[in-house]
Amino acid sequence: MQWINIVLQGTLIGGLYAMFAAGLSLIFGVMRLVNIAHGDLIVLAAYVSLMVTQAMGIGPLASLLLVVPAMAVIGYVLQRGLLNRTLGDDLLPPLLVTFGLSIIIQNGLLEFFTADSRRLQAGAIEIQAFELARGIWIGVLPLAQFAVAIAVIAALQLLFYRTALGRAFRATSDDQTVAQLMGLDTRHVFATAMALSLAVIAIAGVFLAIRANFDPSIGPARLIFGFEAVIIGGLGSMWGTLAGGIILGVSQAIGAQIDPGWQLLAGHIVFLAILAARPQGLFPKVSG
Amino acid sequence: MPDRHILKVEAIDAFYGDFQALFGVTLNVHAGQVIAVIGANGAGKSTLLKSIAGLIHPLHGEILFEGEATTSLAAFEVLARGIALVPEGRRLFPSLNVEENLLIGGQSRREGPWSLSRVYELFPVLAEFRHLPAPALSGGQQQMAAIGRALMSNPKLLLCDEISLGLAPIVVRDIYARLPNIAAEGLSVIIVEQDIVQALKAAAHIYCLQEGRVALEGPAGHMTREKISAAYFGV
Amino acid sequence: MIVDHATQSSRIGTGVIVATIIVLVIAPYWADRQTLRLLAEMFTFIALASLWNLLAGYTGLVSVGQQAFVGLGGYILFALAILLDVNPVFAIFVAGPIGALVAVPVAVLIFRLRGAYFAIGTWVVAEIFRLLASQVSVLGGGSGISLPAAVIVSMAPSRQIREFETYWLALALTTSILGAIFILLRSRHGLALTAIRDNEIAAQSSGINVWSTKFAVYVFAAFGTSIVGAFIFLQKLRISPDTAFSVNDWTAFIIFITVIGGIGRIEGPIIGTIVFFLLRQTLAGLGTAYLLIMGAIAIGVMLWAPRGLWGLIAERFGWQALPLQRQLVLEKK
Repeated sequence: MQWINIVLQGTLIGGLYAMFAAGLSLIFGVMRLVNIAHGDLIVLAAYVSLMVTQAMGIGPLASLLLVVPAMAVIGYVLQRGLLNRTLGDDLLPPLLVTFGLSIIIQNGLLEFFTADSRRLQAGAIEIQAFELARGIWIGVLPLAQFAVAIAVIAALQLLFYRTALGRAFRATSDDQTVAQLMGLDTRHVFATAMALSLAVIAIAGVFLAIRANFDPSIGPARLIFGFEAVIIGGLGSMWGTLAGGIILGVSQAIGAQIDPGWQLLAGHIVFLAILAARPQGLFPKVSG
Repeated sequence: MPDRHILKVEAIDAFYGDFQALFGVTLNVHAGQVIAVIGANGAGKSTLLKSIAGLIHPLHGEILFEGEATTSLAAFEVLARGIALVPEGRRLFPSLNVEENLLIGGQSRREGPWSLSRVYELFPVLAEFRHLPAPALSGGQQQMAAIGRALMSNPKLLLCDEISLGLAPIVVRDIYARLPNIAAEGLSVIIVEQDIVQALKAAAHIYCLQEGRVALEGPAGHMTREKISAAYFGV
Repeated sequence: MIVDHATQSSRIGTGVIVATIIVLVIAPYWADRQTLRLLAEMFTFIALASLWNLLAGYTGLVSVGQQAFVGLGGYILFALAILLDVNPVFAIFVAGPIGALVAVPVAVLIFRLRGAYFAIGTWVVAEIFRLLASQVSVLGGGSGISLPAAVIVSMAPSRQIREFETYWLALALTTSILGAIFILLRSRHGLALTAIRDNEIAAQSSGINVWSTKFAVYVFAAFGTSIVGAFIFLQKLRISPDTAFSVNDWTAFIIFITVIGGIGRIEGPIIGTIVFFLLRQTLAGLGTAYLLIMGAIAIGVMLWAPRGLWGLIAERFGWQALPLQRQLVLEKK
């Protein structure tokens, strides 16, 4: 019974990890960019939500209405203003610039907000739970967050495969030059992709900040969870990323049950095992 | 007297890095005209089309489309003005199916006679395979899709880069047979061709490039074998 | 035709370097304690940055996880010195081979990842090491451990001698590592590295065994980094998982140093370290703002002067401090 609860909790948090991963793999799919600052942007979103909730007296879930567009704009400007300049054949510039960005965001947040641990208060919903079956309880908030994760991934799939914007993303990813010949301003396409990624990050960041304490230094760990979910699930597949997130979440939950100090290690070990045994991931799409 | 030229390329020099590919090339296209650019490999034919399409920017000279300078415009801006390139080697988007490839050609939303159904009318085989991924098509079918994709942007000037390359003669004839239909509403076309016979049949006016320079130019009817050989090979 | 490495500037450069080394060797006789400590710290940064440069700038292996081996080296030292009574100075040199051994299975695993994913993979490995270190209670677990006084005293008869010893050790380590890198780059293998960095596929088809070369470089870098890591924590006299595996200290600064100095050039890390320490003196007391500024400078350099300071100078004047260029010289009849 206890193990069912553990697997359940792990699955639910896996949805959050899948959201971390979705933003990461979206960018990689469209422009082959891996954003080392990804995790720190998640934390930034949490702080933006903190500011909005404090300034306007609204709850964190309501703050999403402002945080998501704000982060999207930040993403657009960041890509158009800075990261577009790093794209090209050389591997070093995007990597090192996003690494530098990660350090800057972390330390900027530290300067502004101090290292104090924060938490977003969502009110009563945080402790509400219902009994699924005898002895098995699900929190309303974790379930809502999991549902949101699924919705986000489904929406991204829909966007990519059924809309003109998605076609533009896929075409630009295939062949930048010919995409230009079709009338696509690739600078704008890339910036839109980053805006979308940060919109997803915003949602993930707010949910993260409600369920756990956050401070400026927790970014890199979120990047790593997103990254591990992508690798476990398989490059190029959004639903694979969901599976990866769930596997990671469940591994961590089981690890924590064995010994609290083993929570993170258990996840890393599963990641290494997949890397060793099936490096293309569990559900890879043909990578582009 | 109104200028009937839709495109004027005036003495352009084009470079790839330090390597000069075009030397003072001048070319004019009237509205509704089909012209052909022929020449040996490396003569600069593709470079010329890429310069017109905005993928390359000439260092000297000017390109005027409908009277407006497009020399330094980016490729996506040139498309918006009404010049579409069918690139060498087709280069359909492998992640998109046939219909999506066509649709993305139309994403610039320019007004005009071309639409998905009209393209399918022109190339019925594409309608049959509309949901297949682009790489699943044969060479000839891919070429049709690439042409259709360019037409979807409702261009006023269509640039065709070596559409016969790698295709069987019967397929090439089939595609060229539809050219009149394509040019029917007054679309101007520049075709770059290695197949001289086909070029002479399809075009009203011929340019022959040799090592980056215009070696011969004139109406198709005035071209003789001797003149073309001389210009082609530079003897 | 012969391949000539030296140019006039590199002959001057070599002379300057020899002179500098002599001056540095006799530093304990002209420098005070603080200066010696500062120099030793600079040497360790030069060594770490040079090894990172070898990985990223020459082989195309961008690691953001070298702190794994810095910390590993430190923990090996503490384990050997505290648990097995090994002489600390000797233990430093044992840390190298152990680090290299650990690097073998690590490399096998993470080489399955490419590009930026490889980079994150190196970070994950460092995180794993950090978590494992927290579990080892005999070495202090999560809060860490200090080097016992007895061990420190056993290093040398007096404090002054110990400090001189430490300084010379740092100098010796750094010059050896730089020397090894120089010899490597000058050899056939060095040519292979440049080929791999520039175009892996072309390198492969030229007959270079890309995987083995990358593997050897990674293990060598782990070897060097572990030794330096062991030395660093011997100097600090205290280790904990967070300090041992700190991304800021052992990766962020190292990367910024190498970027600003000049990636892909052997002189880069040296110039970068000097700039870094100058900046640190001037900006001292700014705390986190210091990292912010360095990060911003590194980004700026990456975008507008990707060859770094030394790259700008070298290209402008055609200099090189060390004879590493390869020029075909047509022999005069």
